[in-house]
Amino acid sequence: MRPAGKGPLDSLYFHYPRFPARHVAELDSIVRRHAAVIVGAGPIGLTAALVLARYGVRSVLIDRKDTLNDGSRAICIARPSMHILERIGAVAPFVKKALGWRFGRSYYRGQEIFRLEMPHPSGEKYLPMYNLQQQYIEQFLHDAVASCDLIDMRWQTEFDKLDCRADGVSLNVSSPAGHYRLEADYVLAADGARSPIRSMLGLRLKGENYEGKYVIADIRMDHDFPTERRAFFEPSGNPGGTVLIHKQPDNIWRVDYQLREGESEEEALREENIRARVGAILTDIGHDKPWELEWWSMYSANTLCLDDYRHGRVFFVGDSAHIVPIFGVRGLNNGLADADNLGWKLALVLNGEADDRLLDSYSPERRGATLDVFANATKSTRFMTPPTRGWRLAREAALSLSLKHEFPRALANPRQMQPYTYSESPLTPYAGRDAEFDCGPSSGSASPNAKLADGGHLLDHAGIGMTAILFCDGSPNTEAKLLLDLLQMLDKRFVWLLIDGQGTASEAPAIPDADGEIARLFGAQPGTLYLLRPDLHIAGRWKAIVPDEILRTARICLGKQTP
Amino acid sequence: MSTMSFEDIESAYETLAIGIDTAGAQREALFLTRLALLLGHELDDINAFRNAIEAALAELE
Repeated sequence: MRPAGKGPLDSLYFHYPRFPARHVAELDSIVRRHAAVIVGAGPIGLTAALVLARYGVRSVLIDRKDTLNDGSRAICIARPSMHILERIGAVAPFVKKALGWRFGRSYYRGQEIFRLEMPHPSGEKYLPMYNLQQQYIEQFLHDAVASCDLIDMRWQTEFDKLDCRADGVSLNVSSPAGHYRLEADYVLAADGARSPIRSMLGLRLKGENYEGKYVIADIRMDHDFPTERRAFFEPSGNPGGTVLIHKQPDNIWRVDYQLREGESEEEALREENIRARVGAILTDIGHDKPWELEWWSMYSANTLCLDDYRHGRVFFVGDSAHIVPIFGVRGLNNGLADADNLGWKLALVLNGEADDRLLDSYSPERRGATLDVFANATKSTRFMTPPTRGWRLAREAALSLSLKHEFPRALANPRQMQPYTYSESPLTPYAGRDAEFDCGPSSGSASPNAKLADGGHLLDHAGIGMTAILFCDGSPNTEAKLLLDLLQMLDKRFVWLLIDGQGTASEAPAIPDADGEIARLFGAQPGTLYLLRPDLHIAGRWKAIVPDEILRTARICLGKQTP
Repeated sequence: MSTMSFEDIESAYETLAIGIDTAGAQREALFLTRLALLLGHELDDINAFRNAIEAALAELE
């Protein structure tokens, strides 16, 4: 919603482009079968199209709107998402525009009780979190889509019928240019929380709704405070309700505030009430200069997801598959991971390289990530919006004790999530090998990064297929060389990185590690091998190479063998 | 098993009664919740804490 007299896209700072409907071949009765049709050009649909394009797979992307998202909505981009954006060739404008951060503060009745510090290992390339308005996220992704010949972007295109068969999917679509039928091998439903595809297939999200409601409001102001997450419990500016404040680019600030118990939604959303409440909150944080109201919306916490993210040839990605509370900032970030996870698997299947059954790993892996978010989000949501008198009392007791005591302070931690570990996935068949390691990243987890002597980073060298990281003193031995050759034959995109403790290896991809820092990070010794999947999660690790196991893991990840 | 003497138990009982009155009817629930969290932390034993919660609930009339 926007202030009186303004249209839904009259922003103080963002110019909304208008995308026309195009005349497409189907309107001339030319029937083409498309490999993938993606419904919904939000951040997740755009990313999915770019991931497919990275593997040379064409897609048609349709969206019923004629422009980008009407408000800032999802504003926090986590580090693993920056890696996804980097690997689809879209990260540069994000780095330039977004505001990186790693700290936060929680206050109780005006006093600071908790200092959030997000882990930031020295080898990482990106900060733990970046703030950027969703319309910029979409704009930057759309710029990348527009310059990609493999993606057929069709705005103002809405589907009204879906026919799923064993051999393909047909969609009846309409746009101002006319009605036509779209034929696809696979459909990706990136059509958001109210997913029309989900309804049309008669599928339902299951889980819990929480009572507490938040107004989310964007304002523009000159306000001198670093980019941090600030949480205010029992602030005098919003008695009885929590307040969250985030900085965004262009002098825009996000103010989220919880409605008091029994407060009417309709009343709360009226402009004069938004202005009064935001004004009181700003006075409370010491901002006495002018400010302008940009946009506002309402939010309530839910933990809902589909039982299965795959329905035949239709895949649900992002909010159409799961709705998570905002407090852990996992809505956008998990959606991007969905698009990345499904993208490489679907691309291999569509390229005829992998068996269709590889796609069966998408739902357990990504639904597992959602259930993991639920477990944490339920805790943080109970803290942010206590559902009953018992939870409210316990929270007030913990917060008030936090003023003088250290022990309850971490309860105010927003629990912003780490990427999910696919340790129980069928694509991680030798997780038991973790027992050989004292430290380092476990099987299924996202690979850590390392800074290299040349100023670059280890993961800059990872491929878009499988990547082996082999630790050596000097050149690899014959057995290791043979294994690398076999992996190369298995995967034409295979890349191997040699981490050389001695700096004497003559192989071209050797990365010197004279001080042993990379080896320590991975808990490796000479002969240790890590196998990374295309999404940079660890498919397996072996203290000393076991060729049969490594080859089998690669074959399973590439869909050449069923687990 | 607690080795607290009867004198100390009696003193705890009296101090608690005085604490509840000092907090006042409006704040007694918050006071008791804070007290429970502080004692739970001091106790340093989550099972003992859970057992105490159960025991206290079981005898509620």
